[in-house]
Amino acid sequence: MATIHIDGKPYQVENGQNLLQACLTLGFNLPYFCWHPALGSVGACRQCAVKQFKDEDDTRGHIVMACMTPAVEGVRISIDDPEVVMFRSSVIEMLMANHPHDCPVCDEGGECHLQDMTVMTGHGFRDYRFKKRTHRNQYLGPFINHEMNRCIQCYRCVRYYRDYAGGRDFNVFACHDHVYFGRHRDGVLENPFSGNLVEICPTGVFTDKTFMEHYIRKWDLQTAPSVCVHCSLGCNTIPGERNGKLRRIRNRYNHRVNGYFLCDRGRYGYQFVNSEQRIRLPLRRSRGNSDLEPVSVEAVLRETAAFQTDARGMIGIGSPRASMEANFALRTMVGPGQFYAGLSEHDFGLIRTVLSVLRDGPARTPSLQETSAADVVFVLGEDVTNTAPLLSLNLRQLVHRKAARVAERIQIPDWNDAGIREVVQHEKEMLFIASPHGTALDDLALRSYHAAPDDLARLGFGVACVLDPSAPEVEDLTDEERSLADEIARSLKRAERPLVVSGAGCGNLAVIHAAANVSRALCACGHPAEIFLTVPECNSLGLGILDAAGGLESAAEAVRDGIAETVIILENDLYRRAEPALVTAFLDSTKHVVAMDHLVNETTLRADIVLPAAASAEASGTLVNCEGRAQRFYRVLIPEGMVQESWRWLLDLMTAAGRPEVHEWHILDDLNRAMAATMPALDTLSAAFPDAGYRATGGKVPRQSHRCSGRTAVRSHIDVHEPKPPEDADTPLAFSMEGDDGIPPADLIPRFWIPGWNSVQSLNKFQSRVGGPLRRDAPDRRVIESRREKSWAYFTDIPPRRPPEEHPWQFVPIHHIFGSEELSAMAPAVAERCPKPYVALHPSDAAALEMADGDLATVIVGDTVLRLPVRPEPSLPPRVAGLPMGLPGLPTISLPASGMISRGENHG
Amino acid sequence: MERPLTRNIRPGTGPLPIDAYEKTGGYRALRKALQTMTPGDVVEVVDHSHLSGRGGAGFPTGKKWSFVPRGKDAVHPTYLIVNADEMEPGAFKDRLLLEGDPHQLIEGIIIAAYAIQADIAYIFLRRAYVTAAHRLTHAISEAYDRKYLGRKILGTGFALQLYVHNSAGRYICGEETALLNALEGRRANPRSKPPFPPVVGLWGKPTIANNVETLCNVPHIVEHGAEWFRRLSHSMDGGTKIYGVSGRVKKPGAWELPMGTTIREVLEEHAGGMADGFKFRGVIPGGASTDFLVEEHLDVRMDFGSMQAAGSRLGTGTMVVLDDRTCPVGLVLNLMRFFAQESCGWCTPCREGLPWTVRILEAIENGQGRPEDVERLQRHTRLLAPGHTFCALAPGAMEPLQSALKYFKDDFFRHVHEKHCPWR
Repeated sequence: MATIHIDGKPYQVENGQNLLQACLTLGFNLPYFCWHPALGSVGACRQCAVKQFKDEDDTRGHIVMACMTPAVEGVRISIDDPEVVMFRSSVIEMLMANHPHDCPVCDEGGECHLQDMTVMTGHGFRDYRFKKRTHRNQYLGPFINHEMNRCIQCYRCVRYYRDYAGGRDFNVFACHDHVYFGRHRDGVLENPFSGNLVEICPTGVFTDKTFMEHYIRKWDLQTAPSVCVHCSLGCNTIPGERNGKLRRIRNRYNHRVNGYFLCDRGRYGYQFVNSEQRIRLPLRRSRGNSDLEPVSVEAVLRETAAFQTDARGMIGIGSPRASMEANFALRTMVGPGQFYAGLSEHDFGLIRTVLSVLRDGPARTPSLQETSAADVVFVLGEDVTNTAPLLSLNLRQLVHRKAARVAERIQIPDWNDAGIREVVQHEKEMLFIASPHGTALDDLALRSYHAAPDDLARLGFGVACVLDPSAPEVEDLTDEERSLADEIARSLKRAERPLVVSGAGCGNLAVIHAAANVSRALCACGHPAEIFLTVPECNSLGLGILDAAGGLESAAEAVRDGIAETVIILENDLYRRAEPALVTAFLDSTKHVVAMDHLVNETTLRADIVLPAAASAEASGTLVNCEGRAQRFYRVLIPEGMVQESWRWLLDLMTAAGRPEVHEWHILDDLNRAMAATMPALDTLSAAFPDAGYRATGGKVPRQSHRCSGRTAVRSHIDVHEPKPPEDADTPLAFSMEGDDGIPPADLIPRFWIPGWNSVQSLNKFQSRVGGPLRRDAPDRRVIESRREKSWAYFTDIPPRRPPEEHPWQFVPIHHIFGSEELSAMAPAVAERCPKPYVALHPSDAAALEMADGDLATVIVGDTVLRLPVRPEPSLPPRVAGLPMGLPGLPTISLPASGMISRGENHG
Repeated sequence: MERPLTRNIRPGTGPLPIDAYEKTGGYRALRKALQTMTPGDVVEVVDHSHLSGRGGAGFPTGKKWSFVPRGKDAVHPTYLIVNADEMEPGAFKDRLLLEGDPHQLIEGIIIAAYAIQADIAYIFLRRAYVTAAHRLTHAISEAYDRKYLGRKILGTGFALQLYVHNSAGRYICGEETALLNALEGRRANPRSKPPFPPVVGLWGKPTIANNVETLCNVPHIVEHGAEWFRRLSHSMDGGTKIYGVSGRVKKPGAWELPMGTTIREVLEEHAGGMADGFKFRGVIPGGASTDFLVEEHLDVRMDFGSMQAAGSRLGTGTMVVLDDRTCPVGLVLNLMRFFAQESCGWCTPCREGLPWTVRILEAIENGQGRPEDVERLQRHTRLLAPGHTFCALAPGAMEPLQSALKYFKDDFFRHVHEKHCPWR
């Protein structure tokens, strides 16, 4: 700690900060623009000026920028000195000289950092009487709206987009008062983290384009804490609702998980909730009629009660994208032995393996934020840029970590972003990537290596063996593989904080085993090795914990063997899990198919009864992310129609059947208690989150802002009496503007807003120190934690070398951030970014088949025959072809797999 | 009077080819340095000579060189940059040296590079200096042929590559860190300091940037010694200085004179006094970014310390004379347009404050000024002060404005009250 003096009073501050961080942490209101806690300081905007004095006797002092001045022992400054107050107000005046003052028509209005800072400095009227400069705006794609005239040139956008997120198609152009932030010409912003520009920009230059379509002011949004459902990382979000429509997603800072940023899939995938394809009423297929028709809830309950009491048996198909509560309710309803995972046997095996490595392996799993503290990273088999986007954003910050270590030696502090980037300019990072095809992180990697999944696994086993000779040996590595394995092992061994990243992405069990062996071998060398494994969906790991009886094939067997004739399918389109023929055969052989889901899909179309399931924004529940962290999401939206949480449907079904288990189940907390009592792995869960009875001094935490407008007016043309706000019995949040207006516990923060700080920057006030944990931080809630057992045995299933040439083609999956995930692909803005189906080949392979870019190829994998345009992909190994995963319109194929490619016959 | 820097320069004729340059004693200092002195010795003699940076800041050259990590901390490649981006309005002294005696500069570069153990040197040349580019390129190839450049220079272990880089033409590139960014192919924005270039410079490696005139002094210091160099001067700063005069004087030009010659001597003895029909009103002594001095300052010595004491700066030592038939507001407006145009756009006061200043001056000059505009201009000179901006560009721009407001304030008000420029 250091003592600094502000306006004559001493304060204790943490070491290693700059004065701006220190002042904000102490609660002072010091305005700023170019500084951002995640981007550091560059000293461009000159807004955070304070006066610094040499010593007690210095009365004149001189103006310094707080963001560029270390808060070291004995520093004396003044924030209130009249000269510096005038200076700060003049800086705003200059920034505003060209600003259009169009707040009433600006989407940022009411949550604008520029508005807040202007008010903070006291600047009201400006002297500038000349013509303002104007700019042309650009089309930047479906996510971001561009309004350059509002720009105050803080440079945060370009620093974020290029330096932090690694984007190339955005820059600052021209100079002096003509500087322009945008693309070299109109076009889609390519970087998958572009949406953060909306929150990075201190004013309305970059705003959320999807939000514009159903715009509402921040103060009129109903918001609640939520968790993203579009990958397994579990980034924390704040969805915003008004009049039954989900309007937007904003980042919810969590210093253990997503920090300040979201990916574009997470930010823009929300639109599926408003889709025309939503199922809003219970549907039933009448006998002899092939169409599903709306049916009353009572009829559904009556009918399903009969299934439950029927002796012929019932099985449940769980879902990796449904909450713990929903899966647990289904598991309870059908019984543990009849609860199936809703994944192919192969995919379920991958999840189980990941779970066992995390639980029983010797290496610790870091939190998502901790991954950016690693100094050497080995990514094996996983394209994290598409399967776990925010992890790839964190890995990008390796460059900063490394530079910071070097800079420390010449006394450049960690927050001095500009200085640090000069220190290590062109040096590559200690990042090694081994994956089936090139990834967007390859440009940072010291080495990137592309091979078929089995060969990647062999490389991984090889690395483990170099690190620890007692690990199983790979005998027939090529010289290239051997020297690469040596180099990776050497680097990992030298690291202070080595990290192995892998996952289920390339669909290969041996790859996960190899990654586990590397982490095990590092531990054997006495290293604090860490392993981070990604899984496909938001609750894949949670589903794994629930110990399903098996995968889809086993479920089909149960029906075939006559063990069951009723199948309850929870939030799961089985056609995305296995080959269509298998699923159709399964569903056709089942007497009663009950499906609950958000959107119409192949599975609901074949069900006999369909129940409208709430999407995450409409429900409260718990998800377990890929590091084993349990996180609660809260309902923000009261949906139209009969939509309700799947767990509540299941509760209703069981109650209707008079099932005794559910007598005590009324609210979410009851379900959690039952889950904790049943599943030893989840025994901490019920006490983990504030329960429905939690109250702060002012009552429940309000989902509506204290300025929510029109509450009594919007329905006045129908009825002048204000309707009673809906009750929320499940959570400590209220659908109201009344309640606790203080800073709630971290889990319950519905929005970042504090008097004087209307923008997202008010987050500073919610943190115990700027960039650190939230003030009322929640405990670290991981339900899976490594037992760190060093005796854990190595995996030994080293796959054999792939024989060359005459071997058939090997097909590997290629994931797409936009398109491969089911729900987000239904959001129109995301759908615009989805690629069309294709087959990727190495250009020389394509040439050997006499095919060029775009030519149609016939692809045969198992029983599936596809005709797809060829996309040359130079990073693919020879005789390895890539197929995009999960794209709309592409049937499911379990990959990796062998198959054939030939020139398609181009008949008309 | 000794004029080491310009002894080989004959206006109207081209520079000396390498043979002729060698005959006048050229490359003797290089031999002396490489064959009889350690790099440390060279740094020491330059330090003792009191040679200070001739780009305008006047930082002691020997001291600057001593910041480069050496011995076991040495980093390679280390770079030497020659700042030949002479774009200060009114300055043309480096051009004289570049075009007039390129081998003198090259010899200085090699010795300086030896002193700091640089591996690569770049001459960062103003875009408009096309003749200089041709002459330098030719002279460099001559020097390579004689093995003064390349590997094993003069049979020693010292090696140096020297390149000419033609700037894309921005005033801000004269700021040494903006120059480094420009040389790396990035936006020519100044860098944050620390880290300082001698430790973290071009491509993150130790880098020294010196002005052309500074380096041209180095061979003479090495050859004749520090004391000789100090004795050339009339001031605490060693050596001679090239002073220039432009404006309505009888003989505009540049002269090499002892450092510390008075303004009056330069103006009256060398530039021949004011042209007929023109009266002296003031002078911007060191290029566009220095404060006006007036009649009462004519006997001030033109060295770094004396000029500062008089309220201005030596800068480049190339003065612009204001006469009684030129509008001071128009002159200042012309300069402000230049500085506003050349702002890199990085920090707020410079990017927004300079164009605003231009617009106010335009209004005044066009008869649309308001009395409060003069106060506003004064406020800008305080807002755009050193330390308030990211680099020295805007504070430099404010120097002629603030001194014009001090010495010619009535002229500003006359514009406002008469609603037109009294000179038009």
